[in-house]
Amino acid sequence: MKPMKDIKHHLTNSLLMGYAAGTLPEAFNLVVATHISLCDECRAQLAEFEAVGGEVMMRTDAMAMNADALDIALAALTDSPEEVQIKAERAGIFPTPLADYVGGDVEAVRWRRVGGGVKQMILPTDSGATVRLLHIPAGASVPDHGHRGLELTLVLQGAFKDETDRFGTGDIEVANEELDHTPVAEDGLDCICLAATDAPLKFNSFLPRLAQPFVKI
Amino acid sequence: MLNLVDTRADNVAIPMHVRAMRQPLANRKSKEKRVVNENNGRMAWVAEVNAIREHQDKQAFARLFSHFAPRVKGFLVRGGAAPDQAEEIAQDVMATMWRKAHLFDPARASVSTWIFTIARNRQIDIIRRARRPEPEDLPWGPEAEPDQEEQVALQQDTERLGKAIAELPDKQRELVEKAYFGELTHAQIAEETGLPLGTIKSRIRLALDRLRHAMR
Ligand SMILES: [Zn+2]
Repeated sequence: MKPMKDIKHHLTNSLLMGYAAGTLPEAFNLVVATHISLCDECRAQLAEFEAVGGEVMMRTDAMAMNADALDIALAALTDSPEEVQIKAERAGIFPTPLADYVGGDVEAVRWRRVGGGVKQMILPTDSGATVRLLHIPAGASVPDHGHRGLELTLVLQGAFKDETDRFGTGDIEVANEELDHTPVAEDGLDCICLAATDAPLKFNSFLPRLAQPFVKI
Repeated sequence: MLNLVDTRADNVAIPMHVRAMRQPLANRKSKEKRVVNENNGRMAWVAEVNAIREHQDKQAFARLFSHFAPRVKGFLVRGGAAPDQAEEIAQDVMATMWRKAHLFDPARASVSTWIFTIARNRQIDIIRRARRPEPEDLPWGPEAEPDQEEQVALQQDTERLGKAIAELPDKQRELVEKAYFGELTHAQIAEETGLPLGTIKSRIRLALDRLRHAMR
C-alpha cells in the first residue's frame, strides 16, 4: 500500500512509545499499526522509539543464561534460513494489519446497523480496549459524545469534521476526556473509520438513544 | 561445542564478546569499558549478522548469543517475567534472529534495536498471549548493496541516543525505563521525555523517501 502524502494528524509520541514498548492494549496496537502502514512520518518516528527500547534493554542488568543455553541454541539452528517473501502490494483501502483482522478488505466487513445510518463491526481483541470499524454515510454525524478514556479514530475512506478540525483519509484523531465532539462525515464519499477506545462512550443528549448498542462495545 | 575464539584478524569484537560470555553479569565497571568499544562494537555486531545471512556462520551466532541473550533475559525479568520463561524467550529470540538475518537492515536499525523488537514481539505472544498487529511490510527488504556510510551514521545515532539516555537526570531516565518495562500505562507515558529525539527519525525518513522514489 502506498503511503499517504497529505496526512496532517499523526500519532502522539506517547502512543508511539507505548507501541514501541509493547504495552498498549491490542485494540490500540491495531490502530497504530494501521496508521503507520499509511504514514512514513510515523514509521520513522516509531523506529526512533524502538531504538530507545533497544538502548534501555542494553542498559538493563544482564542475567546469565543457563550453562547449557548456547549448546541448546546451536543444536536447534536450522541450515536453511527463511525464504525472503516479497509480498504483492495490497490494493483496496485496508492496510495489511487491518485486513488480517477483518479477513479481507472492505467488502469482507460484516456491518451491523447502530442507528442514524451508521454501521459498525467490532473486531476481536484482548480486553483493555475495544476497536471497531465505523461506516458513516456522507453528511451524517456520529452522536455528540464525550470520552472517559482515550479514543483513537483513523480515517480509511472519506473525511470527517468535528469542533477541532478536518480529518481526511490517513489522518488520526487522538481524543481524551477533555474533548466533547460531534464528528460529521463530509459530503461525497461515505466515511469509513477505525476507532478504538479504552472506555465506553457516554452520549450527552437523550436523542441518540437509538444508538445505544453503539455504546456497548 | 563450538570454539568461540575466532582467528579472523579483522574481527574487532572478539575480546568484548569473549569477555561478555565469561562474565554475563557485567558489573558497572565492565559496562563502562563496553561503552568505549561500543561504536566498533555496533558495526561488529552488524558484521556478525551479515555473516549469519551470507554463510550461516555459527560462530557469529554464538558471539551474538553470548552478548545479547543474557541482556534479553535480564530485560524480560526486569519487566516481570519469570527467569525460566525469560530464558525460553531469549532462546526463541536468538533463533528468530538466525532465521530472519536476511531481513535485518543496518541502515534502518542497530542490532540492539532489532533484537529488542524481536524480544518485545515474543513477549507479547508468549506472556500476554495477545496478537501483535504489525505495520504493513515495506515492499522491499534491505537493499542489495547497502550504503556503508548510512549504516555507520545510523549506528552512531543509536550510540548517541544510548548515551543521552544514560545522561538523563535520574527521575527522567527512570520514567523512560519504566515505560519500556511495562510499568506505565499509556496515560502515564509523558509526551515530553527529555530525550533528544529526531535524528534517527530524520535519517530513516530520508531513506524511506528515497526508497519510495526508487520503487516508482
Ligand atoms: Zn503519521
